[in-house]
Amino acid sequence: MSQTWVTPGGVHPPENKHQSLTQSIGVLPLPEKLVVPLNQHIGAPAIPCVEVGQKVLKGEVIAKAAGTVSIPMHAPSSGVVSAIEHRPIAHASGMLAPCIEITTDGEDRWIAHEGVDDYEHLAPRKLLEIIANAGISGMGGAGFPSAVKLNPGRQRPILTLIVNATECEPYITADDSAIRERAAEIVEGIKILSAILDHPDNIFIGIEDNKPEAIEALAPHVEGTGISVVSFPTKYPSGGEKQLIYILTGKEIPSGKLPADLGMVCINIGTTYAIKRAVVNGEPLISRVTTVTGDAVGVQRNYETLIGTPVSHLLAHSAFDEKACSRVIMGGPMMGFTLPSADVPIVKTTNCILAPSYAEIPDDEPAQPCIRCGMCAEACPVSLLPQQLFWYSQAQDHERLEAHNLFDCIECGACSYVCPSNIPLVQYYRASKSEIRKARAEKVKSDHARERFEFHKLRMEQAEREKEEKRTARREAALQASAAPSNPSSSVPSSSAADIIAAAQARAAAKQATPEQQQAQLERTIAAAEQRLIVAEQKLAEAIEKGSANQSVLSAAVENTRQKLEQAKAKLAELTA
Amino acid sequence: MAFKQVTSPHAHSAQKTSNVMQLVLLATVPGLVALTWQFGWGSIINVLLASITAVVCEAAIVHLRGRSVAFYVSDYSALVTAVLLGIALPPLAPWWVIVVGTVFSIVIAKQLYGGLGYNPFNPAMVGYVVVLISFPIQMTTWVTPLALLPEGVSHPGLIESLHIVFSGYTPADGVTGATPLDSFKHSSGLLVDQIYQRDPLFAQGIWAGAGWEWVNLGFLLGGLLLIAKRIFTWHGPVGMLGALALMSALFWDSGSSTSPGSPVMHLLSGATMLGAFFILTDPVSSAVSNRGRLIYGILIGLLVFIIRAWGNYPDAVAFAVLLANFAAPFIDNYTLPRTYGHTDRRRATEKEEG
Repeated sequence: MSQTWVTPGGVHPPENKHQSLTQSIGVLPLPEKLVVPLNQHIGAPAIPCVEVGQKVLKGEVIAKAAGTVSIPMHAPSSGVVSAIEHRPIAHASGMLAPCIEITTDGEDRWIAHEGVDDYEHLAPRKLLEIIANAGISGMGGAGFPSAVKLNPGRQRPILTLIVNATECEPYITADDSAIRERAAEIVEGIKILSAILDHPDNIFIGIEDNKPEAIEALAPHVEGTGISVVSFPTKYPSGGEKQLIYILTGKEIPSGKLPADLGMVCINIGTTYAIKRAVVNGEPLISRVTTVTGDAVGVQRNYETLIGTPVSHLLAHSAFDEKACSRVIMGGPMMGFTLPSADVPIVKTTNCILAPSYAEIPDDEPAQPCIRCGMCAEACPVSLLPQQLFWYSQAQDHERLEAHNLFDCIECGACSYVCPSNIPLVQYYRASKSEIRKARAEKVKSDHARERFEFHKLRMEQAEREKEEKRTARREAALQASAAPSNPSSSVPSSSAADIIAAAQARAAAKQATPEQQQAQLERTIAAAEQRLIVAEQKLAEAIEKGSANQSVLSAAVENTRQKLEQAKAKLAELTA
Repeated sequence: MAFKQVTSPHAHSAQKTSNVMQLVLLATVPGLVALTWQFGWGSIINVLLASITAVVCEAAIVHLRGRSVAFYVSDYSALVTAVLLGIALPPLAPWWVIVVGTVFSIVIAKQLYGGLGYNPFNPAMVGYVVVLISFPIQMTTWVTPLALLPEGVSHPGLIESLHIVFSGYTPADGVTGATPLDSFKHSSGLLVDQIYQRDPLFAQGIWAGAGWEWVNLGFLLGGLLLIAKRIFTWHGPVGMLGALALMSALFWDSGSSTSPGSPVMHLLSGATMLGAFFILTDPVSSAVSNRGRLIYGILIGLLVFIIRAWGNYPDAVAFAVLLANFAAPFIDNYTLPRTYGHTDRRRATEKEEG
């Protein structure tokens, strides 16, 4: 028995898991239509590679991965591609997304496929390829492509493999029932993972102590394999990746880092089963175990459900009573989201369809004022101050929100669960997070625009300066050519041309010369300019006395000379400072 | 089929704010029973009168603010304020003292700041301090504890008490007197031992002042119930009681004539236990985090001792709590917990770099 650590906070909502565990994993009749969304994972959506009207076999690739962080999609059953279009998908916002619809032919005929038995002798690269080609993404929640997760790069060797069998959300029993019935295959999947990761020192299966049957089912299969099944007291949200890692290793993943940075990989136990099927049986991920539960369905149990099965199909075969149902939730009662309609399909991350009655999950009561009782802070698994976050969320005080580590919130809902004032705290945090993300994006955009503008200005100034220098150089050359024999210092009739030359010389010299030389040069420039200023002023005074017409020209020349002088003085001051 | 859209979490615990308030009310019962046993009907009359006034005021202001009266009154928070104020006020005080205090608590200290959850100061203590400063004579007259009543005199009955409160009847001689903290403060020429021997308030007591020790034990019992029920954590009360005990032990001075009194006397006298478990635990006006509440409690403990030992008013808890209310937002800025994945605690005033 390994040591375990205790996370702060957490809550103990009623588990409600027994209802769906009375029967074994069932199989539903084939639905008439299957709708496969192209983006069931984190990363780029897959690209369809079939056409409407095309016949496909079960397991055939219907969409290809778009890049590294993406996965292909496969036909969950045989039939005809009947549509490639936007459909409502399982998303909290009820948005539409590209999907491939297959009208099934009822034959459920497999495409030719073959697995490998001696995966131990296959190169990890080859195994990862099989997993990527099988379209496997994390089945616990986020849906991150597994092949990417299992390939953290050579500079980050994986020493600890954690298999997440916690299933801490109430009601959900998909993993529990899968372990009870498929322990051998699951353990084989873990062995494949071990081979891919070059046999990590520690392999843990983390599981809550409310699943004694599952623990027992695993025991004979892990014996002598080096895999340890670690059970720990049931508490929500122990199944969060960061929480589970802490419970099993006592280590925290630093904010903003990944488990791989600490030499760990954490993978859902359902995914290990999919990996076994992919490698040993050659089957892509086209079905998963989904719990159908809640008092608004007459039959509560787990089903091996084809990806793309409409939720309505599941409900129709579970004696669903729409009138008694307060809401339909994909996922559990703590982190699941409500479905806008039953038309949306089951995807690779759908572990549960929860249809609770009004008695189980009543309509929300109106929120009362926050009295800062602190029950939320006691429940928070990452030691935030939810009551303060709520306060600053309302005030839209982004600085304070970030200082209170808003972005470390895992949105587990423990704070809202305990809130005696019924405040939908998590909703506030989600809203604030997106506000801050939007503000950051806008700041990046405006910074970018400003930099571009400043660079443009700089470039224009530079071009102007270069032109000016070329002009002066030409003039200087002409001047030198014409006045070569005479003494240049005495031939200063007016200020303009010679001034520019001197200034340009000073500039050019300042660019290359040592500080001492620059200083000497500048001092000379200043002395010359002072001389010229006196001369110019005298000329101006004479012109004024005589009332001659070229007064304005001369006064401009005086002004020009004075400016040049000041510039040179400023430069000298800068140099000597 | 179209279903209702609601954000997660969908499950909620059954505990409601009104339940929390009801539990707090329930937890005052042992203390209130001890008060009534030791000092007669006065406190019950205070509590009832304050409760009626508070609910009427709350309803009136909520109505004026255009909010749902039923929704806001049913949170029981006005009742909690009223009960705590009624307990804190002297038994048999004239009715108008109670009404003025309660009106001030509910209307000024609570509703004008925005109602439940928005008041920076503890409403009951604001009401208490207002009447303490305004009506010092009425506020410093306490009923004599049971054990000290002169031969043949008993606490006035319920009817007589009502007469005293509402019609200004003067109670019989010997029914009112000083409190132990008051008496102790004004016996500065004597050694502590001498005070304990000569002053019947102490001579008749078992651990501290006669009568008061039971009242404090009653509130301690209620407070422990609330901690067991997880209505609040131990941090605030332990901070205050610890600091008060430590200070009185440090300044005990072997019971000399200038000693401010023993730790036992301070812990079991006046409003110590009421303050520790029912006043400073008001979450709205206190610090937020556990560490913050510990510091907030310690601050109150220190202030209580300082005011009792060297201040002019013996009613230290009310002033200490109000002063600490001022400090609560400041304490909050520096007492954030360390979040998972961070090496350090942060400060609330920190700005993002860059």
